[in-house]
Amino acid sequence: MNRAPTPLLIFHWAFAVFMLAPLVMVVLVSFTDKGYIAMPFDGTSWRWYRAILDAPDFIDAFWRSLALAAGAATLATLVAVPAGMAIAWNQFRGREAMLGLLLSPLMVPHVVLGIALLRYLTQIGASGTLWGLTAAHTVIVLPYVLRLVVAAATGFDRSLVQAAQSLGATGWTVFRRIELPLIVPGVAGGWMIAFINSFDELTMSLFVASASTQTLPVKMYNHIANTIDPLLASVSTVLIVLTLILMLVLDRVYGLDRVLGGKS
Amino acid sequence: MIAQRNVLPYWLTAPGVLVMLAFVVLPLVLTLSLSLYPFLPGGTIGDSMTIANYADVARDEYFHVIFLRTFGMAFMVTFICIAIGVPEAYVLSRLSARWRAVSMVIVLGPLLISVVVRTLGWAVLLGNEGVINKILMAGGLVEAPVKMMFTFTGVVVALVHVLVPFMVVAVWTSLQKLDPTIEQAAESLGAGLPTVLRRIVFPQVIPGVLSGGLIVFSLAASAFATPAIIGGRRLKVVPTTIYDEFLGNLNWPLGATLAVVLVVLVLAISLGANRLIERKFKQVFV
Amino acid sequence: MSFLELKGLAKSYGDFQAVSECTLSVAKGEFVCLLGPSGCGKTTTLQMVAGFVEPTKGRILLDGKDITGIKPDKRGLGIVFQSYALFPHMTVANNVGFGLEMRGVANAERRKRVAETLELVHLGAMGDRYPRELSGGQRQRVAMARALVIQPPVLLLDEPMGALDAKLREEMQIELRLLQHRVGITTIMVTHDQAEAMTLADRVVLMNKGLIEQVARPFDMYEQPNGRFSSTFLGKANVFEGRVSGGVFEAKGLRLPVGSTVTAGEVDYIVRPEKMEFATNDALVHGPVSARVFLGNHWLFQVETPLGTLQLTHANIGLPQAAEGDDVGLTWSANNAHIVARSAAA
Repeated sequence: MNRAPTPLLIFHWAFAVFMLAPLVMVVLVSFTDKGYIAMPFDGTSWRWYRAILDAPDFIDAFWRSLALAAGAATLATLVAVPAGMAIAWNQFRGREAMLGLLLSPLMVPHVVLGIALLRYLTQIGASGTLWGLTAAHTVIVLPYVLRLVVAAATGFDRSLVQAAQSLGATGWTVFRRIELPLIVPGVAGGWMIAFINSFDELTMSLFVASASTQTLPVKMYNHIANTIDPLLASVSTVLIVLTLILMLVLDRVYGLDRVLGGKS
Repeated sequence: MIAQRNVLPYWLTAPGVLVMLAFVVLPLVLTLSLSLYPFLPGGTIGDSMTIANYADVARDEYFHVIFLRTFGMAFMVTFICIAIGVPEAYVLSRLSARWRAVSMVIVLGPLLISVVVRTLGWAVLLGNEGVINKILMAGGLVEAPVKMMFTFTGVVVALVHVLVPFMVVAVWTSLQKLDPTIEQAAESLGAGLPTVLRRIVFPQVIPGVLSGGLIVFSLAASAFATPAIIGGRRLKVVPTTIYDEFLGNLNWPLGATLAVVLVVLVLAISLGANRLIERKFKQVFV
Repeated sequence: MSFLELKGLAKSYGDFQAVSECTLSVAKGEFVCLLGPSGCGKTTTLQMVAGFVEPTKGRILLDGKDITGIKPDKRGLGIVFQSYALFPHMTVANNVGFGLEMRGVANAERRKRVAETLELVHLGAMGDRYPRELSGGQRQRVAMARALVIQPPVLLLDEPMGALDAKLREEMQIELRLLQHRVGITTIMVTHDQAEAMTLADRVVLMNKGLIEQVARPFDMYEQPNGRFSSTFLGKANVFEGRVSGGVFEAKGLRLPVGSTVTAGEVDYIVRPEKMEFATNDALVHGPVSARVFLGNHWLFQVETPLGTLQLTHANIGLPQAAEGDDVGLTWSANNAHIVARSAAA
């Protein structure tokens, strides 16, 4: 394994600094004792973290986003797992078309999906409702779960099923005892990626969420539109820390590189 | 794979298909139809179909500028992402396993964090009172703060940060498929490292560059949060204009029209670039 | 007069010694095979000569010049990799011409030399094809042409026949032999296939666990193996441990004839299966036939004797001389027994 030459290594670490700089900035700024964002600053304080506790609307938005993400991820998983298994393990007419349809949200810009869903939900009288928002999020994260389920199922050795059948196991038992357990890591990884994508989603939610169903990213965006203040930085830092923890869990369960590598 | 006549796969995929039809296909079709209705003064939507909205967009200089700016931004972001993403993917493939794992987290981790947070960080860096300017002034490199917020350049830089991980992943996937002895063969025939990279490695990863480039381009052209926050009110791109028309002016038909035009243009450019590159480098696309 | 010299080459990775002490002199135009089981260090040695692995100790001298510190792109050796390593995005002609390009050879001259070399490997008409359009054997020849066209002082081959099927491999071995003679290039080849080594090599370098066990011409190594490993890796052998004293070999209570040998003490007594015969009288050892295998041009017998399970082969000139279960006697000439002092390590 040959090392990269030094100029390339220097480039690499510069690149790493570039990638981390904004996040580091956010974390640093959150510790300011001033009432506005200034860098550098002299006094540090936890005041902006305490301020989170005094901002019930942010806390509400946080829990709402969390619940929404969990709900959307779960619904998406319930729909994607059977579809993913069917697609990976069967040849049937229309398979390619169905796969394309199920992955289609990836092709549509979120801003376009946002206005389309706003229009649609208004037509059916569900605009501004939580379940409309949930449906929207489910649809957007479904492709992520599907991709991982298909990948996990495709790598599955069918001769295991044949062995089980030769030993007398029937369809449902084969599914429950052989197939499902072996694709569970893929399913779990898919759920987590779906969760993260739903939690972070901004653009489409701007259109579909209403004042009463505001998600955290939407709330933060609207806040920025008025003023960039350190409260956003402390909220952001909390999110960064939570994401880091989630990344560790994701890595243990499934392997971070597999999940992120499958993102393209 | 079992080729079978049974109906089970259809039952299993049915929920997904229904959900997609109901919440993606139908809404998009409705949007298309929405764009074909006029927006009447007074704020309502007319009754008869017309292509007036499209005509407006085609005629109005105001929209031309916005589209040009959007696509100019997208091309520039794509180009920069290729220029720095390809070498980065190469270095990643050459690192030892431990450093590679760390680097992957650094490069790909930001994808898991909301774009609002990342863009907030850029706002702190790029402002007149921001870190970059403080460093430049302290180092005596400039006398007055360099304006980066609310500029085209600022948006490009922030968009590159948001989108370059996609390029790195696409190129890295391509690199994984390479046979390392091929580089050794080139070396044994007298090629130094720059030549090996240029003549042997890069041509073979062109499919990855193309795939990554298309993703970055399409995401850059339809990006909302970053141009909105970093670019501000005055530096409009198509997605922020759609937002203004839809939620600001409540001119839904115009918003829908802009959305349709955006999607069509992105699709056309993507297909065109795809065909062009595949034709020019066909021996690389196995 | 040695053209390529390896002096005390060694390579270790942490505690693991891949190559312990490799000293070898190769004459100009000679074809040398590095032979041995997986992990014996033969590939590592080749890679050190090529410049892709840095030796922990030792020097490499090419025509008197020390090339140990020179990087691969400056060594100018011709290398054929196990996977051929053809550039998939270039035509056959461009693949072959790449080394000439790197040396700044002019277009016209380059085209000429590429065409000549492709003719040499019988691929004259394939210049415009791409590697993926070629068969395995054709790709191997392109890899050869690419290495030869630059007229290197030494040709290095890393298991070049590994990916070919048996029939094709035999054909390519003979082609390679003819080619090497025609061009006259000093060649080092790595292989784990002893038949291949015997077919191609002027000299065989037998390696095991990072050390050179024996260096000899194929016939000499076969007839005069220097120990248990050499005798069992190259061909089959029956090996008995025992001692020689007073001009006689003794093992497990049996006495066996020895030729004119001076080795006394603990020895390995080696007899090749084809040198044994069924004996009616004067059998040296007895036992039942435990297995009999028909192999086309010869029969292989396994006989259980007090000395252990012996293997005997004899040519297929009609019906076999014994059946499974028969009790037989075996004999051989003292001159066909090869005696080697037993090494401390197996």
